[in-house]
Amino acid sequence: MSIELVNVHKAFGENQVLKGFSLEIPEGQTTTVIGGSGSGKSVMLKHIVGLLRPDQGDVWVDGENVSRLDQESVYTLRRRVGYVFQSAALFDSMTIEENVGLGLRRVRGMSEGQIAERVAECVRLVNLEGYGARYPAELSGGQKKRVGFARAIATEPKYLLYDEPTTGLDPVTTSVIDELIIRMADELHVTGVVITHDMPSAYRISDRIAMLYDGKVRFTGTPAELREADDRVVRGFIEGRPELLETV
Amino acid sequence: MPDIERPVHAAWARPIEAVGHLAVQSVVAVGRAGYLAIDALRAVRKFDLWGPHLLPQMARVGVASVPIALFIALFTGVVLALQASYTFTGAMPLYFVGTLVGKTMILELGPVLTGMALAGRVGANISAEIGTMRVTEQIDALETLAYDPVAYLVVPRILAGALMFPIVVILADLIGILAGWGTSLWLLQMSSPEFLKGLRLFFEPWDVEFSLIKSVSFGITVTGVGCSFGFNTTGGAEGVGRSTTQTVVVAIMIILALDAFWAATLLK
Repeated sequence: MSIELVNVHKAFGENQVLKGFSLEIPEGQTTTVIGGSGSGKSVMLKHIVGLLRPDQGDVWVDGENVSRLDQESVYTLRRRVGYVFQSAALFDSMTIEENVGLGLRRVRGMSEGQIAERVAECVRLVNLEGYGARYPAELSGGQKKRVGFARAIATEPKYLLYDEPTTGLDPVTTSVIDELIIRMADELHVTGVVITHDMPSAYRISDRIAMLYDGKVRFTGTPAELREADDRVVRGFIEGRPELLETV
Repeated sequence: MPDIERPVHAAWARPIEAVGHLAVQSVVAVGRAGYLAIDALRAVRKFDLWGPHLLPQMARVGVASVPIALFIALFTGVVLALQASYTFTGAMPLYFVGTLVGKTMILELGPVLTGMALAGRVGANISAEIGTMRVTEQIDALETLAYDPVAYLVVPRILAGALMFPIVVILADLIGILAGWGTSLWLLQMSSPEFLKGLRLFFEPWDVEFSLIKSVSFGITVTGVGCSFGFNTTGGAEGVGRSTTQTVVVAIMIILALDAFWAATLLK
C-alpha cells in the first residue's frame, strides 16, 4: 500500500473529528472519500501530507510514518505529493505563472528555462493559456481551481490529494476537472485521493470509494459496489435521504 | 488570541472568570510566540528561502515608513522646543532648549514614537497579510509545496525590522532636532550658536548607541508580534481583524515595557 491510515484519532478541543479512521489507498488508483460536510474529510487529507498530526494512530506514506517524521523529512515527503485545495489557496501577490512555478523552484537543478517550459505545459493542460500574467483576483472560481490543479501537478508528484476539486463549479468545469483527474491516473499513474460529496463526480473518477461517517470508515468498495450497498447510512447519503441517517 | 471555551458561572464569578480567561489566553499567546521565535531562529539557516525576500521587506518595513516617522518627528521637535522654552524662561538659560530637544529626541521620543507609529503601520500590515494567508490556506499551500513558511514569511520580516528600524529612528532623531532648531530660530528668537551650544552640552555618543539598541529591539518586537498573531489567526475575516488589533495593542505595550527596561539597565 502506498498510503495507509491506521486507527487515526483527531480532536479539536472537545470536538472529536476522527475516531479510529483506517483506510488503505492502493497505488496507481484514485480513491475517493465521501461524507457529509464537517465529517472530517479534509482533516483526514491533511494528515496524509503532515499538515495535521494525529492524536493517536499512524499515517504511512511510502513506508514512512508521517506522524513520527521530523519537519525536514516531512518537507522531503511533500515533494512527492501534490495538494489541490478546496479554495485553490493561490498566492494573491503572485501571477498565475508564478503560482504554478513556485513548487518547481524547490526542485534542485531546474533552470529558469525548464521552469518556464513546465509552467506553460501545466497552464496549457488546464486550458488557461494566455492567463499566465494575470493575478488570482482576475480569475473566476473555476479558473482558480484549475490554476490550483496546475500548481499541484507541476512537480509531477507521485500522489495527488484533491480537497473537493469540483465543489461550487458549473457542470462543464466539473467535467473538465474530472477528466484531468482521470488523465492523471490513466496516463501518469498518479495515486489520487479525492474528497468530495459530488456523487456523479465520485462515480466517474474513482476506482474505489470510501465513506467517512462518525469519524470512521463506514464503507469501502468500487463505485458499482457503492451503488448496490444496503447499509442505511450509505444509502441515505448517496440518495440524499436524511431520514435514513437519522434513524441510525 | 485563541478562543478558549468558557463555562457558564454565576454572575459574581464572571469578573474572576474573565481575568482567568485573559490570563490563560495571554499565556497561550506567549507560548505560541516562543515556539515561533524558536522556529524562526532555526529557519535562519535556510537562506535560499528568505534571502530573496529581505530587500523587498526592508523597503516595505523601512523605506515606506519614513514619511510617517518623519512627520511625527517634525512636530515632536517643534513642540519640544516650545515647551522647553515655556518651562525654562526666567529660570534657566534658553540654550538649554537645545539640550532638551537633543536628549529627548535621541533617548526617548525618536525611538518610542517611531516604534509606536510603526506598530500601527508595519505590525498591523504584517499581521493582516499573514493572517489572511493563514485563513485562506495559503500558508498550508506553501507547506505542501515544501516551503518552510517560517523561513519564507517570518524571517525576512523580522530581519527587515531589526535592520530598518534603527535607520528610520536615526532619521526621525535628526528631523526632530532640526525641527527644534528651526523653531528656536524662528519662534523663540534664539541664535544658532545658542541652540548648538545647548545641543552639545550634555551630548554623549552613547546616547545614539542607546537609541539604536532600543530601535533594534522595537523593530524585532513590532515585526515579531505581527508575525506571531498573523500566523496564529483563526476565524476568517473577523479573526484577521482581531489579530491586527491585538498586534498593535501588544506591540505598543511591549515597546513601553522595553523602553523602561533599557532605561533601567543601560542608563546607569
